[in-house]
Amino acid sequence: MTALIDVKNLTLKFRTDEGLITAVDNVSFSLNKGEVMGLVGESGSGKSVTAKALMHLNAKNAVYSPESRITLHNDKGPVDVLSLRTPRELNIVRGGAVSMIFQEPMASFAPAITIGKQMVEQLQLHGNYTKEQAKKISVEMLDRVGISDAARRFDQYAFELSGGMRQRAMIAMALSTKPKLLIADEPTTALDVTIQAQVIDLMKDLVSEFHMGIVFITHDLGVVAQTADKVNVMYLGRMIEEGPVREVIRNPKHPYTQGLLAALPKLEDLDAPLTPVPGDIPSPLERPSGCVFHTRCSQIVGDVCRHTEPSEKSIDTTHKVSCHIYDEVSA
Amino acid sequence: MSDVLIRAKGLSVGFPIGGGMFNKQILKAVDNVSLDIEKGSFFGLVGESGSGKTTLGRALLKAAPITGGGAHYSDGEVDYDLENISKEQLKDYRKRAQLIFQDPYAALSPRMTVRDIIAEPLEVMGLTKTRAETDARVREIAAKCRLNLEHLRRFPHAFSGGQRQRISIARALVSAPKFIVADESVAALDVSIQADVLNLLKQIQSDMGLTFMFISHDLSVVAHTCDHVAVMYLGRLVETAPTRKLFAAPRHPYTKALFSAIPSLDPDDRGTAQKLTGEIPSPTNQPSGCKFHTRCPFAIDHCKQVEPKLETDGSGHDVSCHRWKELMAPEAA
Repeated sequence: MTALIDVKNLTLKFRTDEGLITAVDNVSFSLNKGEVMGLVGESGSGKSVTAKALMHLNAKNAVYSPESRITLHNDKGPVDVLSLRTPRELNIVRGGAVSMIFQEPMASFAPAITIGKQMVEQLQLHGNYTKEQAKKISVEMLDRVGISDAARRFDQYAFELSGGMRQRAMIAMALSTKPKLLIADEPTTALDVTIQAQVIDLMKDLVSEFHMGIVFITHDLGVVAQTADKVNVMYLGRMIEEGPVREVIRNPKHPYTQGLLAALPKLEDLDAPLTPVPGDIPSPLERPSGCVFHTRCSQIVGDVCRHTEPSEKSIDTTHKVSCHIYDEVSA
Repeated sequence: MSDVLIRAKGLSVGFPIGGGMFNKQILKAVDNVSLDIEKGSFFGLVGESGSGKTTLGRALLKAAPITGGGAHYSDGEVDYDLENISKEQLKDYRKRAQLIFQDPYAALSPRMTVRDIIAEPLEVMGLTKTRAETDARVREIAAKCRLNLEHLRRFPHAFSGGQRQRISIARALVSAPKFIVADESVAALDVSIQADVLNLLKQIQSDMGLTFMFISHDLSVVAHTCDHVAVMYLGRLVETAPTRKLFAAPRHPYTKALFSAIPSLDPDDRGTAQKLTGEIPSPTNQPSGCKFHTRCPFAIDHCKQVEPKLETDGSGHDVSCHRWKELMAPEAA
């Protein structure tokens, strides 16, 4: 297993009129080649901000702490992502070695430029291709992701394609530069279940074919179970649990992960009540002290939850959790 | 058998599209749908986007034009023929039938306070006479929807998605309706909030004796909330049954495909299910025969030529497929 990307002590705040808002708080993880990582959490948990940090793509008011390190292991040696400044330097993480697909494919394509022109443009930006070569690669890629009549679709506009087609075109475009790392931000959330199943299958095929790493952001644990090798659960900017997908889904340790699973409607048991995690995710302006989850937690062990931030404990070599319930285990 | 609140018979909704004066085409969004919604039930309507479920919901609210067949509403107090409803009756029907939208961010005016948003239907419909009366009604319904009464003076931007959806629900309920169409009302919410809103809807339904039509593309949500489910494909009803019957033994290949497309929570149960290829055809260019034959793995020549009828077996489990019996047989054996 070779490491593809290493994130160490990532802390990210946004400067706003109301003061500094913590979006990501001391998050560390790493991803190997050919591995799919599911990044799970509610809206506002910081998953998208974390993913965008991998491309150094957050807004101008983002402040990274000095300890934050993101290292991309590219063919030509490691790249310190957060030290990249100029657009030319940033090319490597923005469409070169790292690509991203988004939830809303309609909003990600320019509406007045054909799909083909957009694909050719980015290929020429990242590689030494003539127009004809770039077109050939693009059509092949559109064909590869299952778009029928790819040569004709190449000359169409985004609005002429259906939702599923658009997401496929988006994937084709993201993969045409042969990235090492693909960031997929809720790529199937806006799709029908039937089309979602097709897109998931396609992504699995592409992982084995191109051997890239994928960071798959979603709030759907079913999608995670179907795609990911390992899962990281985020809450209010903290990584609260991580581990192999089977471990985390069958044997969740953190009360929040347990809560997310209990809230899911299950087809096997129609009588089981749906149990929501009580309350709403707090505003990032009012981050709770101690464990950030204590305001909604049903398994508080004592005052320690309100005052002390839990440290990361290892359940086994790969399964880690940050919760005071497991304090004695490691002591 | 309990009373039927809404009965649709051969209901069709068509929209004229394109063309000049002489070659106007009709887009049939809902095509010859018959169904009964029983009083006090939670009726689920599922299907992919483009299957006509939203249009059917709107037609039953008299918010989309009924171009064929008809629908009847009868709640014991009044009896309306929705196709030929008078202006006076329609005004009354608006109080009795309400809609909850999908996107709680788009559905609430950002420039009105929560109190005004909830009170607006009362004022427009003239249901209350004094401001004090309106306020009392707003507070009563807000409490029922578990909204913090302190928050009534705030604006919607101060609320999270789940709270906004509770505000939308309060607004829909304030005129004391009998029938509610909830169109993808939990689709935009996180799982935890989704569970909370679903529990709330169930609670309200039993407290107020409402009848719900619950439109969703998420079968596991439908399975947990609805008593009866109808599956739509390209404007047609392809299968309808009590929830447990449908989920225990789906008969239509489309229903089966929808089930197998739900991502399983078991990481070892990957990709064994039968996947549906292709996409729903455009309603302007509908396939001949059975509308589903272009995507159906079991289609034979007969399916391409003859459109199947909705078969009723007397137990309330209806299906519209030529081959469902022979396809069920190997599984039964």
